[in-house]
Amino acid sequence: MDSALLMHRLHFAFTVTFHYLFPQLTMGLAPLIVVLKTIALRRNDETYNKAARFWARIFGINFVIGVVTGIPLEFQFGTNWSHFSRFAGGVIGQTLAMEGMFAFFLESAFLGLFLYGEKRLSPRAHWWSAVAVFLGSWLSGYFIVATDAWMQYPVGYARAADGSVQLSSFWALVLNRWAWWQYAHNMSGAAITGAFAMASIGAFYLLWGKYAEYGRIFIKTGVMAGCIFSVLQLFPTGDRQGRLIARYQPVTLAAMEALFTSGPGAPLVIIGQPNVEERKIDNPILVPKMLSFLTYRRWEANVRGLDAFPQELWPQNISLLYYSYHIMVGLGTIFIAIMVISLFLLWCGKLFNARWMLWILMLSLPFPYIANTAGWMTAELGRQPWLVYGLFRTADGYSKTVSPGNAMFTLLGFMGMYTVLGILFLFLVRREIENGPDLDSAVHG
Amino acid sequence: METLWFIIVAVMLTAYVVLDGFDLGAGVIYPFIARTSDDRRRVLRAIGPVWDGNEVWLLAAGGTLYFAFPQLYASGFSGFYLPLVMVLWLLMLRGIGIEFRTHMEHPVWQGFFDAVFSLSSVLLTIFFGAALGNVVRGVPLRQDGYFFEPLWTNFKLGTHPGILDWYTVMAGLVALVTLTAHGALYVAIKTEGELSARARSVAVVVWPVQFFLTCVSLVATYFACHRMFYNYGRHPVGLVVPVLVFGSLAVMVLATPKGKEKLAFIASSLYIAGMLVGAVLGLYPLVLPASTDPAYSLTIYNSAAGHHGLVVGFAWWILGAALALAYFIFIYRIFRGKVKLEGEGY
Repeated sequence: MDSALLMHRLHFAFTVTFHYLFPQLTMGLAPLIVVLKTIALRRNDETYNKAARFWARIFGINFVIGVVTGIPLEFQFGTNWSHFSRFAGGVIGQTLAMEGMFAFFLESAFLGLFLYGEKRLSPRAHWWSAVAVFLGSWLSGYFIVATDAWMQYPVGYARAADGSVQLSSFWALVLNRWAWWQYAHNMSGAAITGAFAMASIGAFYLLWGKYAEYGRIFIKTGVMAGCIFSVLQLFPTGDRQGRLIARYQPVTLAAMEALFTSGPGAPLVIIGQPNVEERKIDNPILVPKMLSFLTYRRWEANVRGLDAFPQELWPQNISLLYYSYHIMVGLGTIFIAIMVISLFLLWCGKLFNARWMLWILMLSLPFPYIANTAGWMTAELGRQPWLVYGLFRTADGYSKTVSPGNAMFTLLGFMGMYTVLGILFLFLVRREIENGPDLDSAVHG
Repeated sequence: METLWFIIVAVMLTAYVVLDGFDLGAGVIYPFIARTSDDRRRVLRAIGPVWDGNEVWLLAAGGTLYFAFPQLYASGFSGFYLPLVMVLWLLMLRGIGIEFRTHMEHPVWQGFFDAVFSLSSVLLTIFFGAALGNVVRGVPLRQDGYFFEPLWTNFKLGTHPGILDWYTVMAGLVALVTLTAHGALYVAIKTEGELSARARSVAVVVWPVQFFLTCVSLVATYFACHRMFYNYGRHPVGLVVPVLVFGSLAVMVLATPKGKEKLAFIASSLYIAGMLVGAVLGLYPLVLPASTDPAYSLTIYNSAAGHHGLVVGFAWWILGAALALAYFIFIYRIFRGKVKLEGEGY
């Protein structure tokens, strides 16, 4: 790969991957905080209010890092991907600008109110500010996913005389069918991160023997939400997303599954190492005919493998794409198992004393992050070699005027900056967890 | 339609500078006026609930610029590559300076974050001023509509200037002084007692410098880029802008020492708006003049998105702007009045 292209791709990949560690938790926590606030309001129970405030503090720290690492992404469309912006700005500028106008204002304005304004608001008004933050963060997610969905499945555009694309149908862009399923799948993934985080901290408190009252609330809320969203993640959202890929990006599907040869009754690879040179899977563990069934609901359906497509249409990094996809699916399956067992124990009234399960819940925290990251890597690596699927190649999109040396300078700068941010984040969150939810009037600053 | 979007983007950027300007200004004066730990908390609490929402104006203006003038976004952002990325880093540092200081209890680290907050605010004001200076002065655009500007060359004007030359450095200083006064007046409004008095005295001390630099910038612009005055020659009605600028300065110098900070703050906001509108009127219909060959300049016509998109966008933009305005009025009403330290927020 051309080194300028590689630099600009790494630049975006690094900044976006780091960024998305934070919004997935804020988007996941936002509805759970609304749930806690609702119970507090309904039962007039101060414990739930304190529980909500505890998560609001974690939310706030996350939100700051999410915002400051999100700004560079918007800017990079111009700084590092200017030829892409010139090509597609007339279409995706719509969704990106709408995110600013509709979501950011809502979210940031009401987060300030939610974090600083509790004493100035009635309980009901404070509840509404929590709802506004939830809406803002989920709306923001929609516009971003709609932008990505357009790059995966471009609709509602027309070619202009200068070769760029321009908007021709607003509703086609905003109601892109690809966006609906991708959004549902993505938000469910974020909710899983939020639910696991809540359950994990709850398990930590119970194992620690401190703040046990809160620990039980956190586990209950986290496990119930986690169970719902882990199942939704697989079906229908993941299933529908997969079938869209099978239909509109068949070569991507073949690469995700490392299916080198076409044929009826295609098997599903559970584990194995793709060997792209020899066009086979090493040490495979297969479920016969399963891929045909999952894709077309028929055991004998013909699935096109990579051999059915010219090599210049293959995603360049088949191994990484394959692993990303399999890590995502594998972890998603494990999440369902963990959450269903936990819910069963909760239902029997045994979960709070089942120390082995509490340990599992506590230690499971990093895995939803890995699964969400792997999911996005699947989507974006699978789109290659296209920046806009079928229309515009990634190799044509980066800023030709920005030399690889300049791009590396800023990439290294971002790496340093984000390392500091990451350390600060861990330090501050650890401190909040140690301080616990039971602060009376938790005034900082 | 292009002209309409030109105005909208200009208004959004002005809103950003007026609103986030006082956060930045508060950061500039922070080490000078906030002497005790309580003082520092008061200043931070004055901007704490609003700075993030104010910064969103920059994001939303950026998004709107991208949507309406993708060509300008593409060549401007890639051409200003290094300074723009540095602005991003500074915005990050400023944000964590404000937010994470309140989470730290250790005095050593509080001091560290105070310094981060203040230094990044100072640099941001200068960078923003220099950015405007660059746009006014023009950049070395090529025929294909792209350019790449080095950070500095020989600090002189010419066909291939750097980001920093004497003109843009001067513009940076104007912005620093202007936003210092702006932030000082805001802090004076939001706080009480000695802290408020110290903030007010900063605004008083800074005023002569601000007046002097305003005059210098006018003269310098006349010599550096004569074309900025053509529109005023053709449409003398535009001369209300300099009247507004100097009128606002007069109100500031009269109102501030008498303790009428609110009036002075409004005047300062009008001054900022006047300076920006003045620049924008001079530029129109250019959005990025070329220092190389005027024919390569980006105008609102050759950099705009397709007509259909601009029309559709206007419908949702009006709705979004009305909502945003409603939130802002609501939030500032809730947090109106002087900052109190007891028992709020977490």
